[in-house]
Amino acid sequence: MTQSVVVQVGQCGNQIGCCFWDLALREHAAVNQKGIYDEALSSFFRNVDTRVVGDGGSISKGKICTLKARAVLIDMEEGVVNEILQGPLRDVFDSKQLITDISGSGNNWAVGHKVFGSLYQEQILEKLRKSAEHCDCLQCFFIIHSMGGGTGSGLGTFLLKMLKDEFPDVYRFVTSVYPSGEDDVITSPYNSILAMKELNEHADCVLPIDNQSLFDIISKIDLMVNSGKLGTTIKPKSLVTSSAGAVKKRHQKPFDAMNNIVANLLLNLTSSARFEGSLNMDLNEISMNLVPFPQLHYLVSSLTPLYTLADVNIPTRRLDQMFSDAFSKDHQLIRADPKHSLYLACALMVRGNVQVSDLRRNIERLKPSLQFVSWNQEGWKTSLCSVPPVGHSHSLLALANNTCVKPTFMELRERFMRLYKKKAHLHHYLQIEGMEESCFMEALSSLSGLIEEYNQLDATKSMPVEDFPRLSVAM
Amino acid sequence: MSVVTVQLGQCGNQIGFEVFDALYTDSHCPHGLCSKRENEAYQASCKERFFSEEENGAFLFLLIPLPSHSLNFSSPLVASQAISPHWCNPLWYIGHSLFFHLERGFFNKSSDGAYSVHGPRHEESIMNLIQKEVEKCDSLSGFFIIMSMAGGTGSGLGAFVTQKLQDQYSNSLKMNHIIWPYGTGEVIVQNYNSILTLSHLYRSSDALLVHENDAVHKICAKLMNIKQISFSDINQVLAHQLGSVFQPTYSVEGSCHYRRNPLGDLMENLVPHPEFKMLGIRNIPQMSENSLAYSTFTWAGLLKYLRQMLISNSKMEEVGIDWHVRPPLSRLPTLGKASLNRELQFNTSIANLVILRGKDVHSADLGGFKDPALYTSWLKPINAFNVWKTQRAFSKYEKSAALVSNSQFLLKPLDTIVGKAWNMFASNRAYIHQYTKFGLEEEDFLDSFTLLEQVVASYCNL
Repeated sequence: MTQSVVVQVGQCGNQIGCCFWDLALREHAAVNQKGIYDEALSSFFRNVDTRVVGDGGSISKGKICTLKARAVLIDMEEGVVNEILQGPLRDVFDSKQLITDISGSGNNWAVGHKVFGSLYQEQILEKLRKSAEHCDCLQCFFIIHSMGGGTGSGLGTFLLKMLKDEFPDVYRFVTSVYPSGEDDVITSPYNSILAMKELNEHADCVLPIDNQSLFDIISKIDLMVNSGKLGTTIKPKSLVTSSAGAVKKRHQKPFDAMNNIVANLLLNLTSSARFEGSLNMDLNEISMNLVPFPQLHYLVSSLTPLYTLADVNIPTRRLDQMFSDAFSKDHQLIRADPKHSLYLACALMVRGNVQVSDLRRNIERLKPSLQFVSWNQEGWKTSLCSVPPVGHSHSLLALANNTCVKPTFMELRERFMRLYKKKAHLHHYLQIEGMEESCFMEALSSLSGLIEEYNQLDATKSMPVEDFPRLSVAM
Repeated sequence: MSVVTVQLGQCGNQIGFEVFDALYTDSHCPHGLCSKRENEAYQASCKERFFSEEENGAFLFLLIPLPSHSLNFSSPLVASQAISPHWCNPLWYIGHSLFFHLERGFFNKSSDGAYSVHGPRHEESIMNLIQKEVEKCDSLSGFFIIMSMAGGTGSGLGAFVTQKLQDQYSNSLKMNHIIWPYGTGEVIVQNYNSILTLSHLYRSSDALLVHENDAVHKICAKLMNIKQISFSDINQVLAHQLGSVFQPTYSVEGSCHYRRNPLGDLMENLVPHPEFKMLGIRNIPQMSENSLAYSTFTWAGLLKYLRQMLISNSKMEEVGIDWHVRPPLSRLPTLGKASLNRELQFNTSIANLVILRGKDVHSADLGGFKDPALYTSWLKPINAFNVWKTQRAFSKYEKSAALVSNSQFLLKPLDTIVGKAWNMFASNRAYIHQYTKFGLEEEDFLDSFTLLEQVVASYCNL
């Protein structure tokens, strides 16, 4: 069994991370009835005997003693991390796996990346090495951060390069929260574009998320919950946004519902690697199958169902509805419409009591309405995990490598240009050592290059499919 | 003589379970439609081929490199919910020492992850385990390797292990049982993995016995009437087909000794030329247990269907057969015949083997299979066609017939896979960077394409 380490950077990263660990514990508690530390648990947790002083406390088998998350928490302000350490999850985190500062990055990518990067480089490296040593077989780093701020954006992407150099064989999956149109951070376009360059070059896979989409999903759920229509009582535990029944009760805070969605995304992404099923899919298979060209590694994700009705009967129609919903633009975690754009590849990760025939039937059904690139007409990667998420009988996570990410990038570029043309706020960045205007220009050109690649793919959309002439053999 | 079975990857292992279950259950079935003595001889022969006796009962020959969470090893019954929910046979189980876990799956990278990186790294351990099993056999018929083509472990490691077996046991036969993936992806890079695997296996294996997921799925849907088909259902149908081929059969008509060399006998009859190694299986009848109770068959009827399945390349009886396809007149010159056959979609064979089991088996007339029109011109039917008849019934079917065919069965699927892989390759080398990261090069891909185009052309020109 392989292990993964979660690195949560900045306020956003840590808040999402917190929800993730809460849900992960809840999920494992539901599955692991006997309290034995098994391989599924070991993918994200260490089993530690806290009575042992120092490092010797790890226990590899047997009863669960204390579970410690395989996580590194980084923030240049103290507020969020302190809150975590005083909250109900304080025992889950190893106090040695934290890096904090006091003043924060001031929403400035350059401060996060250049200043704190060099200041904390050694420490970060040490904590990462430590967490890697605790793993028998480390497969993947999950980095959670936002793009619009300073710490998550700057320091978060700084450590990407570090991870690539230090652990070249370990995959780097990045969950990035992109700033929405009405973002409260004025410099978020600068931060995002500077961060994008790093993501382009050093990440294996990026799962872009934006707050507006998460918010829309929540509104839709609230509507369902409050509509009180006959026969539509929703099981509270099944809400993809809820922390009801969480291991430790917390007072729900404003972003909690949205963060829970992202936490669910990460859990479902790793479910087939942790639990059994008739068609397993390891994390490295995601990168292998969904990234045909190194630069194009941005995956649009969607989670269904968002809730389960209390009605226990699950006719096939409802199962099929789950598949249909996964492709609708209302269920995507970023503003995107994959159905009307071009697919390079698509992964369907199914959990619960779903068999291969259900999968095949739905692929056949949905295929005609989707456009795949000509050389990958059957670009489907599927997995079946028999353990459903808590509160559901089945669920589906769809990951799409699709040109529908292009609009997000283009909007970002536009917002960037509006600021940059006026040189607004630029001096905050340029006064940091190591930052020059060329940094901005390089970042912009990196993004433009990416957009251009998507453009070229889109151009092939309406072209007729031509087969390349085969090798001819002399007989 | 014994067969050492090597199961690789999630697919290989899930199938392996069902195969051994089918073999064991059938050999211990009391309704063999034959005498008790006969039944005991059958059982003994089956055991000699596939099982070894250890202190606690029958063990299996198994070797399983795969990510350890694919199978649940915590109980000695090794029954994981996902693999075999209705598992209940306590008399045989897998020895824990025979398992070889690897920490990671080979993430759908055929040649790099499995072949050129993990293969060599674990070569010694794997070959040691195989050696241990070989030593338990009094005499070794050869190796049966179960693997998929689309994934990473089964395909890449399978190719690697077959190569090593070729090097280390050059006198033993190797038959690879390959699972052809669904046409609409299970794995996006399945076509690349398939061409890499097939081209390597073509160089080191003696025969490739193929099962196509699409075909078996259809059998489950149309013949077995299963509503929600799981991989377990598919694997059971597959295991049934393999069982009907591999269970003991008599050596010659009227003899009362079971054949001793399962792999050798198969190869001798079916692979006369090394350029033609691809074998397909058809089995008749195939139906759900409920329907079985109400059905009766005649050999004439079964064989008529089976023959038509052969010449029209149908995958299953009744629903799938195209009765319009007929063998052409054998008086046509060879060249004209090949192109005409292509037009008629007639399936030309190199060699066929029919295995009959059950009641009144000696009365079955196989004249239809001896028609020269069915075969390519460079083999006479007397050499190209063989039949093995056994009185002992198989798996509750009063009469059953299996066909193993070296023919154009797999020409179209192979051509399709090569075509798709080529399209992907030619489109800016999509996904190739994932392979070159691990030491594979474009040259290796081109070599694979070349070899397989050759195979396609050879089968096409039969």
